[in-house]
Amino acid sequence: MTTETLLYLEGISVSFDGFKALNNLSLAVGTHEMRAIIGPNGAGKTTMMDVITGKTKLDVGRVSFRNTELMGMDEVAIANLGIGRKFQKPTVFDSHSVWDNLELAMKANRSPFTSLSWKLSQEQQERIHKTLVRINLEPSAQKLAGALSHGQKQWLEIGMLLMQEPELLLVDEPVAGMTDAETEKTATLLRDIAKTSAVVVVEHDMDFIRALDVRVTVLHEGSVLAEGSLDSIQNDQRVIDVYLGR
Amino acid sequence: MIAKSILPLLGRSGIVFLAVLAAVGIGVPLLNLSTSTDSFLHVPDYAVTLGGKYLCYALLALSVDLVWGYCGILSLGHGAFFALGGYAIGMYMMRQIGARGVYGNANLPDFMVFLNWQVLPWYWHGFEYFAFALLMVVLVPGTLAFLFGWLAFRSRVTGVYLSIITQALTYALLLAFFRNDMGFGGNNGLTDFKDILGFSVQAASTRAVLFMLSALALGLCFVIARQIVNSKFGKIIIGIRDAESRVRFLGYRVEHYKLFIFVVSAIMAGVAGALYVPQVGIINPSEFAPSNSIEAVIWTAFGGRGTLWGAALGALVINAIKSYLTGALPNAWLFVLGALAIVVTIYMPKGLAGLFAGWPKVEAKIPAPQAQLDGAE
Repeated sequence: MTTETLLYLEGISVSFDGFKALNNLSLAVGTHEMRAIIGPNGAGKTTMMDVITGKTKLDVGRVSFRNTELMGMDEVAIANLGIGRKFQKPTVFDSHSVWDNLELAMKANRSPFTSLSWKLSQEQQERIHKTLVRINLEPSAQKLAGALSHGQKQWLEIGMLLMQEPELLLVDEPVAGMTDAETEKTATLLRDIAKTSAVVVVEHDMDFIRALDVRVTVLHEGSVLAEGSLDSIQNDQRVIDVYLGR
Repeated sequence: MIAKSILPLLGRSGIVFLAVLAAVGIGVPLLNLSTSTDSFLHVPDYAVTLGGKYLCYALLALSVDLVWGYCGILSLGHGAFFALGGYAIGMYMMRQIGARGVYGNANLPDFMVFLNWQVLPWYWHGFEYFAFALLMVVLVPGTLAFLFGWLAFRSRVTGVYLSIITQALTYALLLAFFRNDMGFGGNNGLTDFKDILGFSVQAASTRAVLFMLSALALGLCFVIARQIVNSKFGKIIIGIRDAESRVRFLGYRVEHYKLFIFVVSAIMAGVAGALYVPQVGIINPSEFAPSNSIEAVIWTAFGGRGTLWGAALGALVINAIKSYLTGALPNAWLFVLGALAIVVTIYMPKGLAGLFAGWPKVEAKIPAPQAQLDGAE
């Protein structure tokens, strides 16, 4: 890895009532790098995302993003710093149209007073339009997000992340509940996004990970078990024992 | 030109609502004052006062809908803001009594003379001026809502926990205002009002004007509220209602949005209370009773959440039923109210407004972004 480090987790630990969800975990993600995270249930994948986005406070260790210490910042401050997050369960605004969902996510002044007198510029409308095309939802722009299929909601949420123009996207299980064709499209989309931003993807679907063709980190019991190409991971005996073999 | 920018914002239902409100607001006072008492068209004085009271309740319901229907904040304490607005205008009217009170003391309201107080408490100063009282009608509920909201929303108190502390807020105020030492007339509250801005509060013409003002306030607040909920701000608070964490992870300070809408809503409730008190002629601590706030929530649910006009309609209909039943079947009212709450929850989740939803495109007046694009190009 010659690219410079964008996100750096150093020896982080988090415990809930004595249960160590993360145990001395260290991880570095470079600028414009896409990284896949795999691991059995309870390995700490989602907790790790919670720590990065400020939802969960860590006990030990440090997290830095673009050389900025994230400790002490809340979700909003971290989101505005340039970290976007897609939740495991697709979370979009069901009672708003697809278009409005993207408009609300678009990078802009977030103050209530600005929002009261907000008007879309032509350039911004075009950006929403481009994102609609990119996430295959152009024909559904006027549909309520609640009326979308599960897979389409996943895309919409990814589209909302794009509108935020983050430098780092944390994407939790993007292809859960998708058809094979949709999964393939999602892999293409994420590879495309990774050209301009860093992406961390948590997934269980091995075919999808293969399609992404990126460096893989395996988490187990709250720390990194192995890291490398998918092929080397799949041949790693420790990984087979705790995860792949089961 | 203004009409052109406002009409699409209101939607068809909003325009119908405002038209009916304008007709009632002008028609009722007119039919009361300009027709003889034996005329078929005459509206009796008591009906004007009763109707004016309903309009104030409708404004209270609208303010509840703004926070609950759009932002998901179920306030069970909005009656507190309503009562505070009422007390502010009540204090002005107490000062207007002057030496005409039972004890003839020009400097102190009767209840203070009765308590052997010698000087007017500091917080009563200024209330001899109408403008000051009006300012307080806005400022007192607004400030309380700001402080309360700032603490609650910053600590991320949501859902049923928030509802419970709003209930505690109004209950605490109820107990405080009951105390004579508070200086707000204790148990009896403020009453025996004589006039407002020099006009007798008993006069039919004053009542007619108050009725008109109540309709006007309801109409204005409706337009303001519609303006807010149709803006990007409005879409964000709906987002907060449906998926709060999504809004937060998009980088919006959720607590600032909640605080803003909560304060605006509290001010509207305060204005409603200020119009209510001159019409009913009394304000006492029972207005802080938790049951009042809960009733306002039932009006809103009955009328239909998230439409604004539905909440107002709900308040009018339920109070009309209440007035009829408390006369015809006094013991039945609470049972009917309880039954209404249950029926609405189970069979009419969208309330009265939902019954009109079958009408073609009542609320679906969102301008198509594609059209916006075409227009811009």
